[in-house]
Amino acid sequence: MDTACVKEAAIYLHIPFCVRKCAYCDFLSAPAGDDARRRYTAALARQIRLVGESLSQRRGFDGGKLRVPSVFLGGGTPSLLSPSEAEQVFGALREAFAIAPDAEISMEMNPGTVTAEKLRAYRALGVSRVSLGLQSADDRLLAAIGRIHTYEDFGRTYDAVREAGFTNVSVDVMSSLPGQTLAMHERTLAEVIKRAPEHISSYSLILEEGTPLYEKRDQLTFPDEETEVAFDALTHEMLAAAGYRRYEVSNYAKPGYACRHNLRYWQGGDYLGFGIGAAGLFEAVRYRAVTDRETYCAELEKAAPDLRALIAERLPLSLNDRMEERMFLGLRCTEGISKARFAADFGTDYDRIYGKITGQLAAEGLLAVSGDNVRLTAFGMDVSNRVLAEFLLE
Amino acid sequence: MAVDQTKIRNFCIIAHIDHGKSTLADRIIEDTGLLTRREMQEQVLDNMELERERGITIKSQAVRTVYRAKNGEEYIFNLIDTPGHVDFNYEVSRSLAACDGAILVVDAAQGIEAQTLANVYLALDHNLDVFPVINKIDLPSAEPERVIEEIEDVIGIEAQDAPQISAKNGINIDQVLEAIVEKIPAPQGDPNAPLKALIFDSVYDSYRGVIVFMRVMEGTVRKGTRVRMMATGAVEEVVEVGYFGAGQFIPCDELSAGMVGYLTASIKNVRDTRVGDTVTDDANPASEPLPGYKKVNPMVYCGMYPADGSKYGDLRDALEKLQLNDASLFYEPETSIALGFGFRCGFLGLLHLEIIEERLEREYNLDLVTTAPSVVYRVHKTDGTMIELTNPSNLPQPTEIDYMEEPVVSAEIMVTTEFIGPIMALCQERRGVYLGTEYIEQTRALLKYELPLNEIIYDFFDALKSRSRGYASFDYELKGYVKSDMVKLDILINREEVDALSFIVFEGNAYERGRKMCEKLKEEIPRHLFEIPIQAAVGGKIIARETVKAVRKDVLAKCYGGDITRKKKLLEKQKEGKKRMRQIGNVEIPQKAFMSVLKLDEE
Repeated sequence: MDTACVKEAAIYLHIPFCVRKCAYCDFLSAPAGDDARRRYTAALARQIRLVGESLSQRRGFDGGKLRVPSVFLGGGTPSLLSPSEAEQVFGALREAFAIAPDAEISMEMNPGTVTAEKLRAYRALGVSRVSLGLQSADDRLLAAIGRIHTYEDFGRTYDAVREAGFTNVSVDVMSSLPGQTLAMHERTLAEVIKRAPEHISSYSLILEEGTPLYEKRDQLTFPDEETEVAFDALTHEMLAAAGYRRYEVSNYAKPGYACRHNLRYWQGGDYLGFGIGAAGLFEAVRYRAVTDRETYCAELEKAAPDLRALIAERLPLSLNDRMEERMFLGLRCTEGISKARFAADFGTDYDRIYGKITGQLAAEGLLAVSGDNVRLTAFGMDVSNRVLAEFLLE
Repeated sequence: MAVDQTKIRNFCIIAHIDHGKSTLADRIIEDTGLLTRREMQEQVLDNMELERERGITIKSQAVRTVYRAKNGEEYIFNLIDTPGHVDFNYEVSRSLAACDGAILVVDAAQGIEAQTLANVYLALDHNLDVFPVINKIDLPSAEPERVIEEIEDVIGIEAQDAPQISAKNGINIDQVLEAIVEKIPAPQGDPNAPLKALIFDSVYDSYRGVIVFMRVMEGTVRKGTRVRMMATGAVEEVVEVGYFGAGQFIPCDELSAGMVGYLTASIKNVRDTRVGDTVTDDANPASEPLPGYKKVNPMVYCGMYPADGSKYGDLRDALEKLQLNDASLFYEPETSIALGFGFRCGFLGLLHLEIIEERLEREYNLDLVTTAPSVVYRVHKTDGTMIELTNPSNLPQPTEIDYMEEPVVSAEIMVTTEFIGPIMALCQERRGVYLGTEYIEQTRALLKYELPLNEIIYDFFDALKSRSRGYASFDYELKGYVKSDMVKLDILINREEVDALSFIVFEGNAYERGRKMCEKLKEEIPRHLFEIPIQAAVGGKIIARETVKAVRKDVLAKCYGGDITRKKKLLEKQKEGKKRMRQIGNVEIPQKAFMSVLKLDEE
């Protein structure tokens, strides 16, 4: 396969700053001053330009630019970027890449970190989709998990986002939090539904080692498995009734509003990562950037930065790796995977590789197979770790 | 050159575990000049890696050193080290028979313990001259005077002039060396009589074949002698004779009456040179062998299966190699519905089992599934025949069984009086028959019990230690078989009987054991996507049940661009975990679950 002809990739930008770390957060992010942020933004813009240039010079691009169908600014709290910092980043992006006219450009925001002015500026730069972290409508719960905002703050920010003209808004909520009752979650969902965002992500808490919540876990009461299942059932039911279709394990959208950028991750599409700790997949190689901000900035401040020095891990994917990924990522989506597409992408018949296990799992009620399509059943999705492990090849 | 018998001392050191036997042996070797301290690896005699780790001697060892005594004469010391565990009691008795005397080491703080007594009696039974040594006198809690009195009162041997030493710190070792010369008798025996040499151990060497460790009692053996093993009948020509340096074999011309050494004779298998057998000259044989030979039989059996079925051949080869060096290891092929092809293996005791298991895993890199160990039951059938049952799965139908017998041991437990209550309660729980109590001194007593072997092989020693805060000590010997009401307890997992989990149990304990077994398996078996009933049954009747609940949720909520490699590792770990399981029906059972029966008494 001639990989040089890949001319499209999504872009992820990592903004590793926040006002304060949340108690459950294990992402690469920390509070930092204005100077640190300015320095990082400049380095980020430089990395974007340099990568863009180096790609353009490669065979197959012939001086042209890589086409970018979606951009995602994640963090941290990307909405901590000032309008001028955001402008610097977007300027670099548009210079270095061919951002599609209809590109989905998402930006994560936290309530209380944006002003009307900022929102107007982001929108003017091309941000088309806003993802707001609410987590819960219960203020005590918000305080307990270390969020910096109240439910009221969220309301104000949400309204400001709408007023600024954003027509594609997503809201994040969380379930299975310590001390959270079904009634609390029900109220949160009801409040969110009332505001009618186009997209809702509902995450079950994952207790990550090293987070404050993990350290305190013995003093906290987490819902048992039965309750977790009840949380999930409540989520599916209320969101379905309100017209949101579940399209992935934790993601729900009104028709036409599934996040294109995230779908790309699960479908195996290429994406470039910029910024510290950012992961990418390009031409069948997974990579991840260095996580140390100083190392990252210092390299990009050199007269001739070495782009390779910014990469901490490089993992070339074999054909088997790619087939495995197609399964364990693809099956996260409710629409499942296509056998024909599998055959076309990997040059081998689906059933030859996975026919047997697919049959077994279908017999156990974990997979649904109809014609070309293979997907998880609702139960299969609840226990997907068990199912997906079966698709790893020797 | 003939060796002067009066200048030879053949002896061993006997002691309770941890009283300092191996340390004293090291000091004797070091101080007689065979090795410098720098050359010594700690505890030269315990030279198997496992032995050093466990701090016990598993195989007999011997070493020869030369000591220049204060009288100016040189003496040859043959120190024969004896195994330190009850599993190897027969080997101990043969090693003692190869000696003329014994040094009794007693800890100056702990005094006499159960093993001390058992070993002293064994030594006295072999007509050995025993002299005591009080060790660890440098401990703050040392009470040498009390211990001397105890030795005289309890054992009845003179102890007033016993050397008071610290083997660890090399204090008064010279007194021990002099006492060896003075108190241990020189060997006797006629170098010109027909050959009689006692085998006290043998090891297999891939270049030289079996190396026989022996004590020549009568006659002389040299290179070229055609020797015959009187019990096994094996005949071979001697290739080499010699004696034991530290960790090496030193050839010599001949070994005559009174000497300790080895011979090699292109013997292929240690089964031909059993411990306790008599080596004689085929051309001029002794009229009768030395007394005391017996073929030791395994006391404990278990199934050993390769975790990976394709390694069956490797396991067979490994067992074959281990058996070259261990005549008491037994194995034969068997098949389990649950575990596939493997071997039923017989051992002298649980320690022996554990040692073999560890060696198979470490030295042969095998991953094993081991079933619960079982003693040998005698099943008397209604047709008048009797079978020795080593695998619970082979128990005949109840209608075919007239009655069953189980092995019992006579046990001696040494305990301080404050713990007599708890220890007697423990023996009661283990179906012990109380035989009596002997008071050693005001605060210590020796409890005598008859106990079923299957009640003590697993965890009795641990229970004893925990109920006496470590103070009780224990020794036993096989007594015989008694009639007993035994039943087979079957385990059903997801309604399928798992043969490898069946075990034989005293009928009165079946309900309790069945219940605990189900509880234990519930902990061991991971949750599946469906509910798994675990049932215990006797004769088809369910007597206990537990349920492993079904998993209802196991999902990673977030998996975006940066989470993918981590997610894959998570799935790989999940899949790897599954590999270490045995599939029984549609249930994955972890390998260690097959040993669950051993852990039923854990709190």
